[in-house]
Amino acid sequence: MLTSSKRRLLLGVGAAGLVAAPLAAGLAVRSGMGQGSNARPAAAGQAGGPTGAHGGGHGGAGIAGDNLIVGSVNHERNGFDPHAILTDWDVGEVSTDSQGRKTREWMVVAVDKEIELAPGLMFPAWTFNGRIPGPTLRCTEGERLRVVFNNGSKHPHTMHFHGIHSWRMDGVPYAGLVQPGERFVYEFDAKPFGCHLYHCHALPLKRHIHKGMYGAFIIDPDPARHPEAATVAESRLLGSARNAEWQEIMICMNAFDTNFDDENEIYAANTIPFAYQQKPIRVERGRKLRIYLVNITEFDPINSFHVHGNFFDYYDHGTTLTPTSRIVDTIMQCQGQRGIIEMDWSEHEPGIYMFHAHQSEFAELGWMSHFEVV
Amino acid sequence: MAQNSAPSQPTDPSGTPWRRTAWLLPLVVLGAILALLILGKPLERLTADAPPVEKVSIERVRLTPGLITLHIRADGSQPVAIAQVQVDAAFRLFTIDPPGPIGRLGTARIEIPYPWIDGEGHKVVLLSSTGAAFVRTIDIARATPAWDVPTLTLLALVGVLLGVAPVATGLLAFPALGTLSANGMRFVLALTVGLLAYLFLDTLHEGLEQAGRALERLRAQAAIWVSLFIAAGVLTMIGRRGGRTPEGAALATFIALGIGLHNLGEGLAVGAAIAAGEAALATFLVIGFTIHNVSEGFGIAAPLVGRRPRLLTFIGLAALAGLPAVPGVWIGAQVVSPFWMAICFGIGAGAILQVIVEVAGLIARREGRAALLTPASLGGVAAGLAIMYVTALFV
Repeated sequence: MLTSSKRRLLLGVGAAGLVAAPLAAGLAVRSGMGQGSNARPAAAGQAGGPTGAHGGGHGGAGIAGDNLIVGSVNHERNGFDPHAILTDWDVGEVSTDSQGRKTREWMVVAVDKEIELAPGLMFPAWTFNGRIPGPTLRCTEGERLRVVFNNGSKHPHTMHFHGIHSWRMDGVPYAGLVQPGERFVYEFDAKPFGCHLYHCHALPLKRHIHKGMYGAFIIDPDPARHPEAATVAESRLLGSARNAEWQEIMICMNAFDTNFDDENEIYAANTIPFAYQQKPIRVERGRKLRIYLVNITEFDPINSFHVHGNFFDYYDHGTTLTPTSRIVDTIMQCQGQRGIIEMDWSEHEPGIYMFHAHQSEFAELGWMSHFEVV
Repeated sequence: MAQNSAPSQPTDPSGTPWRRTAWLLPLVVLGAILALLILGKPLERLTADAPPVEKVSIERVRLTPGLITLHIRADGSQPVAIAQVQVDAAFRLFTIDPPGPIGRLGTARIEIPYPWIDGEGHKVVLLSSTGAAFVRTIDIARATPAWDVPTLTLLALVGVLLGVAPVATGLLAFPALGTLSANGMRFVLALTVGLLAYLFLDTLHEGLEQAGRALERLRAQAAIWVSLFIAAGVLTMIGRRGGRTPEGAALATFIALGIGLHNLGEGLAVGAAIAAGEAALATFLVIGFTIHNVSEGFGIAAPLVGRRPRLLTFIGLAALAGLPAVPGVWIGAQVVSPFWMAICFGIGAGAILQVIVEVAGLIARREGRAALLTPASLGGVAAGLAIMYVTALFV
């Protein structure tokens, strides 16, 4: 039968003396990642090809290693920038009636639109206001809300708000379904305060969600209604003096199935994979950081948030003024779950701190980000 | 009809000059139809809103230290642009050459720096500009054998063990074949037909399998049949030039050539197995093919019975039938495009078809057509098929 020397001979043919080489290559890559931000972009540039073909630079290649998308997304053509989305609260139009009751009104339109998700990769999206996630609707507890929804898409859509309201205003196939070219006004009170979301609830539901029809819906607490924790409530109230002491951002954890096989090809924080890795989010040590975090990832049961070098307090759904989890560095959310993260960087050494989904797969497929603490 | 009209017509066979130019008429009409389709766009209502069709075949995967190289071929209704690359569910840096979209049936080389791990599995996904995903799974990652002297020497050794050694061994049966009765000789010739028939089916099957992996529009399966019949036709023509059917050393040479082309295919298979990380199977493959191929030597020796061939003839025949396995292993280990593999197998099958016809013809000429249906002949064919099938189980 087979003698061991024959075996060695034939294995030698296959490996041809290269057995050790892949190990060496692995070490080279690993040491490359340690070289810091100056060495790697040069190496990436030398690679040529797609860099030239897509005309983009890789700003973050130094801190990304080789796990990156090639080129850069044209945010201007997309009509939205993931960095602007972090803080562009849409507060609508406020009017006050004779009894002093505030009514807040938004105009939202559904638009079918090609979105460049990753450089050179176009996705036939369905959107609210031409962006993904849709506008971050922000209001104050107790207000009367009116959302005027115009459907400019070729498909019927709804706006289904997570909140307390009548079934008539629920934005589901039997109430508030809007045909193409038609309109509907969703009207309800802003309650309960917290970090919520809205999304299209037309059928088929999976398709309408993963095509991009969702956004954050934030109800700030009214300090007057929470005398026992008025200062905490005020810190959350957009525009208040205490709120100015905070740096607030909204992150929507989402994903895209670009080839419609019911599995995601791309994961991201706010739609564009690696956007905050290529260009980190600037965090000032002098102000505490509050993150409105929403998970709308389709197909995967959960998504998660993990920060490096720090811990945080977490308010599940944001509906309480005391944390639901204290001193954690990882939380997970099922689809539709959301919450508020509060973090303090005041005593940290300035630098780059990573945050990402702690599903490595999601991280390497785009949900990988950095804070630049200054 | 021609006879009736002949007396009243002029004898010029080429007809009038304007008639000769009538050859241009179909070309002009064809040009007009194409112009109408391309410029007039009558189908635009059908195609305008149609989503793009994109196809990509990943024809070759080469693994070198720290680098995965793919050779891809594109097809579809518009050029295919590879936007991003994922390896093991992670976006990766890559380069594509030539840069930019790949036209219909065009090719490109994609290089992905990646610390792939020897002996483990990896998965590469190419994402096009429309979000379509083209997947290639690398079941077992092994470095593609280098193209240098030590490696080629080792691979050549595999080829010689696979091809030359067993054929030469089989040829050693020549003296024994000379002692056979007429009936026994008929049996051996029929056995040759049987084993050639097995090789024909096997080669064709391999080819069709490769063709299935090629890009659809290359019509690789049709290409196999075309190359098969052209090869068989050309070789038959060469064999019968001078009006005589090949016999003796000439027939043995054609059999050796057909078997040689088949062994080229076997070499490709073994080389590809080594490149695909199945080097552990290489020993079994070589042992199997060695046993399998000994009977090929009988087949080559059979037409020489009753003659006095020189030793050099035997050496030449062994080389012709066996040596093609060497370049086969070399090329196979470098991972070749399935389309060209398929064509290769088609030519091999054609060559085998030719010798089947000639050997069967030899039996018929020697002893009459009825001899083909005697128990000795039919038994020989069946035995040939059975021997090849059973020995193939060793592979």
